Amino acid sequence: MGEQLFYFLIYPGMLFAGVVGGLIAWVDRKVTARVQFRQGPPVLQPFYDFLKLLLVKETVLPKRGSAIFFLLAPVLGLFGATAAALLVLLPALGITAGFQGDIIVLFYLLAIPSLMFVIGAMASGNPLSAVGASREIKLILSYELTFMLVVAGVILKSGQTLHMDQIMMMQQSQGAFIGSVSGVLLFIAALFAIQGKAGLVPFDLAEAETEIAEGAFMEYSGTAFAIIKYTKYILLFILPVFVAEIFLGGLTFTGIHILWSILKIVLVLVLMILIRNTNPRVKISQAMRFFLLWMNLLVIAGLVLHYLGL
Amino acid sequence: MSKQKIIPIGPYHPLQEEPEYFKLYCEGENVVDIEWETGYNHRGIEKLAEEKTFEQVFFLVERICGICSTSHPFAFANCMEEIGKVEIPDRAKYIRSIIGELERLHSHLLWVGLAGHFLGYDTVFMWAWKYREPVLDLFEIISGNRNSYAMFTIGGVRRDIEKSKFPKIREELEGLKKKIDLLTGAVMDDPVIHARTKGVGVMTREDIIDYAAVGPTARASGVEIDVRRDDPYAAYDLVDWKVITSPEGDVFAKAKVRLLEMYESVKIIEQCLDKMEKLEEGNIQTKVWEIPEGIGMGHAEAPRGEVFHFVKTDGSNSPVRHKIRAPSYVNIATFKKSCVGQTISDAAISLAAVDPCYCCTERMAVAYDSSTGKRILSGDELIKHSQARTRELKKNML
Repeated sequence: MGEQLFYFLIYPGMLFAGVVGGLIAWVDRKVTARVQFRQGPPVLQPFYDFLKLLLVKETVLPKRGSAIFFLLAPVLGLFGATAAALLVLLPALGITAGFQGDIIVLFYLLAIPSLMFVIGAMASGNPLSAVGASREIKLILSYELTFMLVVAGVILKSGQTLHMDQIMMMQQSQGAFIGSVSGVLLFIAALFAIQGKAGLVPFDLAEAETEIAEGAFMEYSGTAFAIIKYTKYILLFILPVFVAEIFLGGLTFTGIHILWSILKIVLVLVLMILIRNTNPRVKISQAMRFFLLWMNLLVIAGLVLHYLGL
Repeated sequence: MSKQKIIPIGPYHPLQEEPEYFKLYCEGENVVDIEWETGYNHRGIEKLAEEKTFEQVFFLVERICGICSTSHPFAFANCMEEIGKVEIPDRAKYIRSIIGELERLHSHLLWVGLAGHFLGYDTVFMWAWKYREPVLDLFEIISGNRNSYAMFTIGGVRRDIEKSKFPKIREELEGLKKKIDLLTGAVMDDPVIHARTKGVGVMTREDIIDYAAVGPTARASGVEIDVRRDDPYAAYDLVDWKVITSPEGDVFAKAKVRLLEMYESVKIIEQCLDKMEKLEEGNIQTKVWEIPEGIGMGHAEAPRGEVFHFVKTDGSNSPVRHKIRAPSYVNIATFKKSCVGQTISDAAISLAAVDPCYCCTERMAVAYDSSTGKRILSGDELIKHSQARTRELKKNML
């Protein structure tokens, strides 16, 4: 029991994933700043932001909303993200092997933070938050199907194992999944799906600052907003790790492999930051069409190619 | 079954920097009606102008707008020169045009950046504003100020542009052209920008004429109006340039018109510099000793459209009445046409596409009873009214 709690709260769970996620958030902000001719923040800026919100700022509760759901949603979102972080990181760090079917559980756990953001926004009673929430729901409906098909494709490619650890082992013995045409197609779809999950441009509609003024997160302040920020740091860390695990030949953290593993994560991250900085925000109807039509077609093409042995 | 709700943009909102309030009546994400309120920012400039001398009014009207800070002095100078029947030296004409066009360059670059920001494309925002810096540097070289250049006066300009500064100006303009190329490419060839802006906020030619819209807003709907050509002032009839129009009337067309206008501005400045080289240095102002009694109207093409000034004088050294109409006054009204029927995302960019400037447009309204001619709703009454309203709102909130 004590061991599990340690996994969940400290390493590789809440604390570790959040700290690494904070550093990744700094990389994101620094690279974005350099692309835009700006200086960018110091390394610890994401933590300053987090600690200021957590310790200094006052938490204002909405008068007309439901305070319980409003405060509970970020906490549940954080637990969901942490549980997902465990399933992603435990096999990668070689601590435990996970269990049969953990990739399915992971798929559900990764959906929890977004759903909780929707519930929190709905509970705030603000009309702009309601618009943000409705956009987030539509976005979830669109990218989750793509994401599920991608996971299904990975399961097919690994000879129908539902075990993260075995999927990674298989890639280490037979070559990474991205090494085939179908793998490339699935990888592209996965990249856009996690862009949507992380709420980065072009899929940052739920918080679109210049349209609905932070939308879903508008009413959050203080500790509750600090928890949301922390959840986002964790997501920004585990989503690239997850994609690196299922497509780029898995991750191992022993000897020289550490360098390779970090490079793989950075590669996915750089792709995400590039997409973020070279696109305007899309409209919700365009985002839905993009995922429901084009990305799903892409994944299905990938699955067909897999059956043809490509 | 869908219920109408009000999505507020303003009075303070990240979309626009100035206080203004748009009520978007929405069904789901669709905007079914729009109302706008200004009046958060009354500054009393017209009244203030009546207490200043003509020389001082130039500095006052320059501060109406921080972005198009030359267009107001430009229109005011045209106005005063009409009353005094003053002919200004050629060199002053060229300098006026150079300042006016440099201002158009920096204002359009500013808009391209802001439009990028409104679309969530912050890279374009930062790049456009970075490229705007050389234009401000040029202003610093020419006038000593990066904003509010204090160049205009009755009968000419206050500072000459010496020959020694020409090479630097030409060099910066060359550099600027490459940067505009890059920005134009980034906007015109990006499929996602096309998807976000084409067919959005469409204003037809008829709508523009109905709403009497001006400037790039009108030219993007194929209405070919431009004060610089229709009623030439300064040096605009002495140089070769063309009015850019585009027939589509959507946000993309507005962006296109502005981007292409920047090339025309560079062209005008280069020609002005060429012609100035042949003129004698220092002859920049016709001395004006007296302004007779009379009324004058002056307009100028600001980056956002026609700026209009009306001045009545009585032979003294300050205006009796000074009326100012900024382009946003007519352009803002087009929102009723361009935003209704769009989604919130589209409405936001449609609002920004006319490049509205609220501080130029803000006016105080005075209500008179039409039958008795008496002023109603005085200051005290309004305060009482607002207190009653606040009490009512508070009661509803609890």
